[in-house]
Parts: sequence; C-alpha cells; structure tokens
Amino acid sequence: MATENLVYERPEGFTDTPTHYCPGCTHGVAHRLVAEVLEEMGIIDKTIGVAPVGCAVFAYNYFDTDFVEAPHGRAPAMATGVKRVMPDRIVFTYQGDGDLASIGMGEIVHAAARGENITVIFINNANFGMTGGQMAPTTLPGMKTSSSVNGRDVETQGYPIKVSEMLSTLDGVGYCVRRSLHDPKNIRLAKKAIRMAFEVQARGLGFSVVELLSTCPTNWGMTPVNSLKFVEEHMMPAYPLGDFKVSDAIKQIKI
Amino acid sequence: MPKELWKGNEAIAEAAVRAGLEAYFGYPITPQTEVLEYLSRRMPELGRAFVQAESELGAINMVYGAACTGVRVMSSSSSPGMSLMMEGVSYIAGTEVPAVLVNVMRGGPGLGNIAPAQADYNQAVHGGGHGDYRSIVLAPASVQEAIDLMGLSFELAEKYRSICMLILDGCVGQMMEPAQMPEMKPIQRANWDWATDGKMGKRERRILSSIYLDPIEEEKMNLRVLNRWRTIQSNEVRYKEYFIDDAEFVIIGFGTAGRVALSAVREARAEGIKVGLLRPITVSPFPIEVIEQLAGRVDAFLVTEMNSGQMLEDVRLAVKGRVPVEFYGRMGGVVPFPDEILNEIHRMAKSKLSLDANPRDAWLERMAHA
Repeated sequence: MATENLVYERPEGFTDTPTHYCPGCTHGVAHRLVAEVLEEMGIIDKTIGVAPVGCAVFAYNYFDTDFVEAPHGRAPAMATGVKRVMPDRIVFTYQGDGDLASIGMGEIVHAAARGENITVIFINNANFGMTGGQMAPTTLPGMKTSSSVNGRDVETQGYPIKVSEMLSTLDGVGYCVRRSLHDPKNIRLAKKAIRMAFEVQARGLGFSVVELLSTCPTNWGMTPVNSLKFVEEHMMPAYPLGDFKVSDAIKQIKI
Repeated sequence: MPKELWKGNEAIAEAAVRAGLEAYFGYPITPQTEVLEYLSRRMPELGRAFVQAESELGAINMVYGAACTGVRVMSSSSSPGMSLMMEGVSYIAGTEVPAVLVNVMRGGPGLGNIAPAQADYNQAVHGGGHGDYRSIVLAPASVQEAIDLMGLSFELAEKYRSICMLILDGCVGQMMEPAQMPEMKPIQRANWDWATDGKMGKRERRILSSIYLDPIEEEKMNLRVLNRWRTIQSNEVRYKEYFIDDAEFVIIGFGTAGRVALSAVREARAEGIKVGLLRPITVSPFPIEVIEQLAGRVDAFLVTEMNSGQMLEDVRLAVKGRVPVEFYGRMGGVVPFPDEILNEIHRMAKSKLSLDANPRDAWLERMAHA
C-alpha cells in the first residue's frame, strides 16, 4: 500500500474560501504567509485583523480570525482603537500602497510615531489594483498606468515614496523591513520577517511593518512570470530589500 | 452627590467617564477642547484608553475600531472637525456598531468662528455622512442636561447599535453652572453577540464590515437599519414642555435657543400672553407627534434657532400647513437676547398671521427693516 506524504495543506489560519485574487497575483502568497505565522505562533484565536480598501478589502474572507473592515487608508487608526482597548490581542492591518501610502499616509505615519503595538503588512505593487491600475505614490518613474498613460512623469506627477525608509526614521517603530515575493527564496525570507513582526507585537516591542514587493499581472498587462521578473528587475532597484529599523531589543529575538 | 460648579465641556467628559467610558479619541478644536484636555488626565488615571489623534479622521476611526470590540467609546469635536469625521460616521452607521459623539457647535460654514451656533442641525439630523442612515441626536440646553444625556447616549447607542450624537452649541460647552454628577458606574463589558474582540477559543470568527457588494443584501441592511429607526422613533422621542396647557402660541427651540426662548416666554406670561415653549431634547428622532397634536389647537408656532431655519423645515412637515409657522433666527455665532424673542411674541399676539407666507422670507424681510 502506497503511503501518502502530505507536503502542502491549507494553514489553520485560513478559512476554506476560494480566492478572488487574479491569477499570478502575490496577494495570495502574502495571505498564506500571514496565516502560517498565525498558526505557528498559536495566536489565531486572539488575533483581530483590519482589512483595507483595495484588492485586499476581502482579506477578511480568508483568515480564520475576527476581522474588521476599515475605510480607505484608515486601517492603522482603526487598529489603534482595537489594540488600545484590547491590549492582549494581536492586531494587524493588511494594506496596499494606494491605501497606506496615498490616502492613508497620515494614519500610518502617526500610528508608527506613537509606537502603536500593532503589525502592518504593506503590499507594494506600484499601482491601485482594485480600481483598475491607476498610478499610486509607489508607481515607478516612467511606469505606464491607467492614469499615467504616457508613463509617470516626475515633473508633473512627482516621485515614488519609499515608505519603509521613511517610517524607519520614527522612534516609535521597532521593526521595519522590506522583502519581496518574486521567488521562493525571497518568499521564505518574507515569511521570516512576517513572523518577526508578529513576535515584536507579542512582546510589546512597538510598531512593526513588513513591506512586500508584489505583482499585479492584470493591471501591469504582463504574464505572471513576467510580473515576477518585473519585480526583480525594476522594483527591487527602486525599492531595495533590507532591514531599515530593527531595535536592539528585537535583535535579541530568536525564532 | 451635591451640586458642584461645572463647565459644560468638562462636565460631559466626567459624565462619560462615570457612564463607563473605556476609550476616548479626539483632536483639539475650539470650543470643544476642554473635553479632550480633561480626559487626557482623567482616562489614564483610571487606566482607560486615551489617544490624541493625528486628526479627526484618525480619531473617528479609532472610535470605529474600539466600537467594533463592544466597549463604550466616544469622541468629541466642533463643527469643522465633525465634518472631517463624517466619513467614519457613515462607516460606523453602515457597520451597525454603537458609538457616542459630541459636537460643540460653532459658527460656520467653513472655518467660521468659535462662537455658539446651531448650524450643524442638518448635518447631525439629516445626514452628514454618505448613505442611508440616521443618528440619534440629543440637544441639551444646560450643563445638567448635558450630564444627564451623556449617560443616556451610551445606553441608546448600545440598545440600538446606533450612533448617538450630542449637539451642544458652544454656550453649553463653555458655560459654568451648578450641576449634579451621577455616581461612578463600574465598567461592565457586555457580552455582545456581534463584537470582534477575538475568538478566544469560545466561538466562530466574526467580521464587522460596512460592505455589501450584492445590492439585494445592501437593501436588506438598509431595511434593517430603517426598521430599527422606526423603533427608535416609537420609543425614544424626548422633549420638554413649558406653559403648554393653555398656550395659544407655541415657540419651538432646542438647546440654547430654546433656553433663551424660555426667558421670553416667562416675560410674556407675566404680561398675560398665553405662550408656551416646546423644547425638543431628541432632535432626532424629532417630536413630530406632539407638534401634530399642538397644531390642532394652537393659533401659531414660532420656531427659533441659532441658524437660518434648519429645524424649521421639520416643524413645518409636522404642522402640515394647518396653522401659521413663524421663524426667528440668529446666525454666525450670534446668540439671540430674550427681548428679541419677546418682540416676536408681541408681533404674533397682535398681528394677523398668514398661512401662506414663507416663514424664512418673512423673517429676512423683518430683519432687513429692523
């Protein structure tokens, strides 16, 4: 009799819900990494998620945790409200770049500056996905989007915002890193960072944020494989991977 | 509890604390700031949550988050700040979670000024945020009433999973008056069957959201909220009557405008004019029924407000053209003197009033000739 060797299954942090994300989009990978970390840390039961407005508006469908759905950009404020009255719960936001870096810039900066003990998963795919691929603050110079049809002209449309670099200057931030989801090695590194971010919160060591370079094949007009290449060849040079802030206390954490 | 001298803004802050307020999120704006300042000291000393937010947008969304966990939470602001909060107000209404808000109204629109006004009546009563929802809106006329309504507002918000908003004009917020505080209530977290406070091994996950992608489902939500509102209309109308029984004329005014009108009514009564006052305490739900009944037996109404006649339209809907409705208002942060209202009472008592005249046009005409 053949023995079955189970090598891959749905993490407990997930519900049994078919994905609504486009083929080749890395939201699914990011979701899975978060779900695995919640399971491995045994914190599914006490986690409350805060969903954004954008493609991940339906994030609450996938995680087997309590969830609230914030107005566009306000997830860090909403998470602040949850965490301040439920300090023993684990509270995380999951936000895209339109949500976090455009309309929600005030909320993310001040939540970080206050050192809110929450975790932020920040998906940077260089455009507004949900509304059909418009220019985001993170859109690369020259990059064509549905609202920068000739390519982002920095003379009139400004320059990309490097969110992690900026947030890392704030004293309230404990852990601030950028990772990428474009290949298996980087996905493993991203998971480690997500684990660390939640460990930071579990230990009360301040604000933690993981920026994830992600793909948007549908709005970029590329195949999934070419999208992954685009991340490596074009996004990584503009948004270098790295640890921008890891406080001394956090450096002691072994996972 | 003995009476003490309380400033309105500090009084509502302490009253909220005693009603079991677990979290306050706010932003400085005159003439409301003392609420924030008072709670910045009071909440931490009780081990409760206080955050001075980065903006009113931040504050209302912190309220939203805390409200989803089922605790007693509030924010306070003044007119321009309330406008900024309206996004979150709509989301809170759409998510059907209880939250308490205080608007210490100032002159407007725009930046306006910091003097007392009632110009946000329409924003509070007839909308404000986008979408189909209504808020419970209470309008105190004294520091004592503000204290009493603060406690009530948490109960109403929770009972109906609704927003309950206190609208005070800057007068009530800034004025000091002798008032009695309620006893301190211990914080008791209710075990709501909707709150997203973590599964904690006891139940299935919960989601709180204001999104209903299927129009049929959104309509069901709209109907649920509407039916709840109809229950609120049946159960929660509150108002105060003064000298109503034999009144030939009835003044209708809320908050400070109602209180100023009461002084005028007392003077007119001393002169033998049969005038009474109806002061709505819930401006939403609006006391339609009592006004309908009065319309069947009084000669005329006078609506007085510190705006250009916003509640006036609700009164006219209730009166249905059966008797004349007159209007007298001051705007821009100007508080009327009792004599101004008394002049209106004299005018109404001695002239023949028209059913057809537009009360706002007639008022502007009189103002132009004053």
